[in-house]
Amino acid sequence: MTELLDLLAAAPFWISVLRVATPLILGTLGVLLCERAGVLNLGIEGIMVAGAFAGWLAVYAGASLWGGVAVAALTGALIGLLHGMLTVSLALSQHVAGLGITLLATSLASYAYRVSFPKVDTPPTIEPFAPMAWLPLPVLNAQTPLTLLALLAVPLVGWLLYRTPLGLALRTVGESPAAAEGQGLSVTGLRIGAVMAGSALMGVAGCFLTLAAFNAFFFNMVNGRGWVCVALVVFASWRPGQALLGALLFAFFDALQLRLQQAGSGVLGIELPYQFYLMLPYAMAIVALVVMARRASTPQALMKPYRKGER
Amino acid sequence: MRLERRSTPSRAAILLAPVAAVAGTLLVASLLVAWAGAPVGRAYALLLDGGFGSRFAITETLTRATPLILTGLAAAVAFRARLFNIGAEGQLYLGALAAVAAGGLHGGSGFGAPAWLLFPAMMAAAALAGALLLLGPALMKSRYGVDEVVTTLLLNFIVLLFVGAMLDGPMKDPTAMGWPQSVALQEALHLGKLIERSRVHTGLVGALAAALLLWALLKFTTHGFEIRAVGANARAAAFAGMPVGWVTVKVALLSGALAGLAGAVEVAGRAGYVTLDMSPGYGYSGIVIAMLAALHPLGVVAAAVFVAGILVGADSMSRAVGVPTYIADVIVATALIAMLGAGLFTQYRVRWARAR
Repeated sequence: MTELLDLLAAAPFWISVLRVATPLILGTLGVLLCERAGVLNLGIEGIMVAGAFAGWLAVYAGASLWGGVAVAALTGALIGLLHGMLTVSLALSQHVAGLGITLLATSLASYAYRVSFPKVDTPPTIEPFAPMAWLPLPVLNAQTPLTLLALLAVPLVGWLLYRTPLGLALRTVGESPAAAEGQGLSVTGLRIGAVMAGSALMGVAGCFLTLAAFNAFFFNMVNGRGWVCVALVVFASWRPGQALLGALLFAFFDALQLRLQQAGSGVLGIELPYQFYLMLPYAMAIVALVVMARRASTPQALMKPYRKGER
Repeated sequence: MRLERRSTPSRAAILLAPVAAVAGTLLVASLLVAWAGAPVGRAYALLLDGGFGSRFAITETLTRATPLILTGLAAAVAFRARLFNIGAEGQLYLGALAAVAAGGLHGGSGFGAPAWLLFPAMMAAAALAGALLLLGPALMKSRYGVDEVVTTLLLNFIVLLFVGAMLDGPMKDPTAMGWPQSVALQEALHLGKLIERSRVHTGLVGALAAALLLWALLKFTTHGFEIRAVGANARAAAFAGMPVGWVTVKVALLSGALAGLAGAVEVAGRAGYVTLDMSPGYGYSGIVIAMLAALHPLGVVAAAVFVAGILVGADSMSRAVGVPTYIADVIVATALIAMLGAGLFTQYRVRWARAR
């Protein structure tokens, strides 16, 4: 037990918590923006893969690191536009369209990677973001600027949603599109805009993996993080502040399982196959969903396509 | 532009939708093939030839289609009741593991029980494993309103890790030289060959029978009527006195069982043991197949053969002209999105006039 406490008191542990949390914060905020406007975006898993690949490829081709981030955001926004057209303009099933987007974006990224690099055994690498050693804050100065960006995005999204007319309009189309229409707002425009903005955040979440956490693109590198973000939004009751909390809590358990795994039986006196530690974060996400599902704060028009003049 | 609901689905649109979807898909794929620097026409000819052009191609396609029919049916029946089961991949793996556990334990002898007893036990174990895996998300959906898409997706990751732990541990084949694979089923439990000198096994007959049975169930029985009613409008179904929660649970058990059987059939019909790469995403492809088939059980058979042909054909085409095999996944995903969009126009017509 004392080993566990020692572990929790050490700075490297909290550094890894914040690192694990970064893509989750960005991805969860992305899902939150889409869902607040009434659109479920299950394309997130694929958008993160596409963002990870496109951002990395741009940097590999000579763009600056921030240029890569911009490319990842743009890639996300473009895929978001497709998802928006399918689910908002054409009012198709948000579940199925989102899965289709994920399958398409994932396979396109894999295809593009193989076309660009037909015969490589070791993945080509780039020079990733360096930690912000100049920051006078203990855990944060071991992080890359993308983590700072993710942390700043939380109050920014909160301010946008709750303190601006645009945010009010956005929440209205997510709660009652007919009322928004009555106010002269464009439901289609607002929803597609929200999906594009949210998807851009998902793209950036993806490129964190290739431009900061690692320095290369691997297949399967997103590994379910997108689905976790969808669960975290429910856990967060669709609020940006709680989304940050949820992402940090989730990252805490992910980092913890990693340490427990490395420590083997040394920490808690139980020897388990490493796979059971890896299951922990996914199981946590399911538990969080069940615990928080009773709260009735779901956007009222979530997953309900809006067709003018139709009830 | 706005969409207006047709009073009756358009016959012409129903027939034209898949054609338009396939045409759109081929267009997208052509651009990608050209980008890879391969001759487009030749690539398509090779793909078609590799998937359907010879005896070998057809038997390979049918072998690949067998699990796809079952996962396609699993998705189709669940989606009919608006239960979005995205967990077929995990259910398939757990079914495969349960099949080997029931039929192959005790050093592969299955405790010396005769094969006529072990075989049904093996299939039942697989169906049960898949069904129980989906029961949790279905109950969470009907009891607490938890979205089943996310829970079934997350369960896929958990199950794959569990299978990995089992293949490293209690179910490891000690003779596999450290390769992570399970103990093997005894010879008597393998599915027989359906076609000489090929890999097509009797599982295909089982999958076709499952499609027929499911079609009859949906069309002619009260259960089927309830499933369709809950899917069409859950509130109206509840108002008519149907036990919506119970119907959802029944559908979940059926869907999970079908996906679990896909795993058992794949194990007993091919390798005879479980590995961590036994399914190249059959569960996810099943969703695409169900959508391509407009959730019709007999359509699932056709769609599964189509998708299997593309997967098999893309393999041989990619070897010949150097286009990455991922083209098959792109084609399948694009076909799904194109079909979604095209299907819309069977229900709606576009009015270009500006609404006043």
